[in-house]
Amino acid sequence: MREPWWIDVIKAAVIVNIVMLSFAYATWLERKVLGRMQLRYGPNRAGPYGLLQPIADLVKLIRKESFSPTHAIDLLYFAAPVVAAFTALAAFSVIPFGGVWEIGGYEVSGRVADVSIGILLIFALGAIGIYAFLVGGWASDSKYSLLGSMRTAAQLVSYEVSLALSVLGVVIMAGSLSLVDIVERQQETLWYAAPQIVGLLVFFVAGVAETNRPPFDLPEAETELVAGYQTEYSGMRYGLFAMAEYVNMITLSGLAVTLFFGGWSGPVLPGPLWFVVKLALVVFVFMWLRATLPRLRYDQLMQVGWKVLLPVATLNAVVTAIVVVYA
Amino acid sequence: MAVAETKRAIYEGTRIPSPIPSVLQVDPGLREEGDILEVNFGPNHPSTHGVLRLIVELNGEKVVGLQAVVGYLHTGFEKNMEAKTYWKAITYPERIDYVSFQNNELVFVLAIEKLLGIEPPPKAQWMRMLLCELNRIHSHLVWLGTAALELGAISMFWYCFRERDAILDLFELVGGVRMHTRYFQAGGLAEDIPQGFYDECRAFADTMEKRVDDYEALLSGQAIWLERTKGVGLLSAEDAIALGQSGPVLRASGVDWDLRKVQPYLVYDQVDFEVPVYPNGDVYDRYKVHMDEMRQSTRIVQQALHGMPEGPWIVDDRKIVLPPRHELHTSMESLIHHFKLVTEGYRVPEGEVYVTVESPRGELGCYLVSDGGPKPWRVKFRAPSFVALEATATCMSDALVADLIAIVGSLDTVMGEVDR
Repeated sequence: MREPWWIDVIKAAVIVNIVMLSFAYATWLERKVLGRMQLRYGPNRAGPYGLLQPIADLVKLIRKESFSPTHAIDLLYFAAPVVAAFTALAAFSVIPFGGVWEIGGYEVSGRVADVSIGILLIFALGAIGIYAFLVGGWASDSKYSLLGSMRTAAQLVSYEVSLALSVLGVVIMAGSLSLVDIVERQQETLWYAAPQIVGLLVFFVAGVAETNRPPFDLPEAETELVAGYQTEYSGMRYGLFAMAEYVNMITLSGLAVTLFFGGWSGPVLPGPLWFVVKLALVVFVFMWLRATLPRLRYDQLMQVGWKVLLPVATLNAVVTAIVVVYA
Repeated sequence: MAVAETKRAIYEGTRIPSPIPSVLQVDPGLREEGDILEVNFGPNHPSTHGVLRLIVELNGEKVVGLQAVVGYLHTGFEKNMEAKTYWKAITYPERIDYVSFQNNELVFVLAIEKLLGIEPPPKAQWMRMLLCELNRIHSHLVWLGTAALELGAISMFWYCFRERDAILDLFELVGGVRMHTRYFQAGGLAEDIPQGFYDECRAFADTMEKRVDDYEALLSGQAIWLERTKGVGLLSAEDAIALGQSGPVLRASGVDWDLRKVQPYLVYDQVDFEVPVYPNGDVYDRYKVHMDEMRQSTRIVQQALHGMPEGPWIVDDRKIVLPPRHELHTSMESLIHHFKLVTEGYRVPEGEVYVTVESPRGELGCYLVSDGGPKPWRVKFRAPSFVALEATATCMSDALVADLIAIVGSLDTVMGEVDR
């Protein structure tokens, strides 16, 4: 029996909370990982191993005054962080984290929404999210924010092209845009990380840029633009932007796991657990990069995007297509 | 990501933006188009060391105009020193450049000694040299950590501060204080070198050799770091000399000039070390000079530990140096000397001197005028940071915002010293 609507609602509520919780603990993990790599301890005061730190941060952000500049354009200024957080959370809904279970006579599938064009939906939501960064920076009427917004727009637009092209190889091999189909095809054959290693590398580099993570964190380069587009945001509005960024990173890691590392599939352990383990490993790599690499310059960023990643991704897609058709 | 070697070539001749060399002026034609965005960096900005304020004019991401505003950390040290006796005034120079405190202390003490006409014993000379070189490593570590942090290599900061902490521990062992030790004084050192210092210092010097290699591997081995630093912030030898540069900035522009070699003070002529000189005048070469200087300083420290002579650590002149504590109970004369020194201080013969040393930032000068009394009549410091800051505008041609941060960082300015 197919899922009735109320199961979808329950699943959506559960997943959205899990994602927000994982955002909170991604910040904790990042601080711990960075701390250890930098001869520090990271948070260790609030609760055992600093595990209550994200909650303390949340309370702090909520209680803080949400300052807004006098000349800010109110509607856009307030809407931007909400849109950013919404699109980031919505994109996770199509990522599958498990197969299909039988619960109480109902077939419950391991994803919030089973969309036949899952990849396109994620990219489309990501593209809407860019507006939030762009509009938020522009509406806050600050020079640093404006510069940050300009950088964000330029960076995200150029890297989105490479990101989309890099997954084309996977789509051609699987013959489907549905993420569930892609995972099932990998279960039948092998993880696409092996045949699509070039696609994976391009996807990862473009993904780091797409989520504004170091070494591509130019939009909010602290030592240049103070905090980029979010300079004039404080309190929970800033918190929503931060959440959007972390959730984007988690979604992108989830997408990487789904497209290249067989999604939820794996021996012995249940599917969702495998998914979480793989996801955590990818997220760890994001943090590792931050601890190691310096930041690129604006023109170098553009060069990497257009002159290196885009040709490589295109070539990869073409070669994959030829191999799939003739072999 | 091949580094654009053509862009890297250092230019010939001069590029000083005229008529004011420290200000980059916007091309009037560009200003009429109306696309110039004026942005204020600092005095509170995450990238400035301390309180430097830069008024930057941007055309898109490109820096087309630049003015530095200084004075936010002006403390009037030089004026204050006129109100203190010489031996109390020694505590002030350390706070002028709070990163290379031993060298600042040294230059003032050398100036007093020159006026007094006394020569400290060899042990004091060697120990001063050792501590100054440790201090140079300390200063370069702070520079490396913050400069890398500004370019986004955040972890370097903590690695550098690990070694910096080890050096501060050594200073604490010697003088009882981690920074601003006031260990040098006219005539020699404040106290004898404590037991156990040599072993600790030798252990540090051995690890430091390896650590510098580690840092260099972590940064020079990275394509992004090379891209960000090579060919950025060019300064030709001619311009560097015209702008009065010294220290690592000058040596990275291909000029072989180090006061420790060309005008040796202390016992620098008795140790073996090289002066690193690089020809390209960009941020990368300034970084290389700093790295090599840390290696050379480690060499000097090792030689100083090896060659440290025995003997007194301070001159035996009761008019200048406090008598040993135990004599106060038995000798009336010692008690009088002690009383006079503590209440009034020693008198320095009338005259004026200018003394220079090679501080981690370059030529550090102290101009001292005495009217024969126990307090300096006038003290003036030639601050290498202030001079280095003047080169910012010249380095800035064809720079982007991100380069601005790299360039200002590479000039290694300490705002306390700039404003004094």
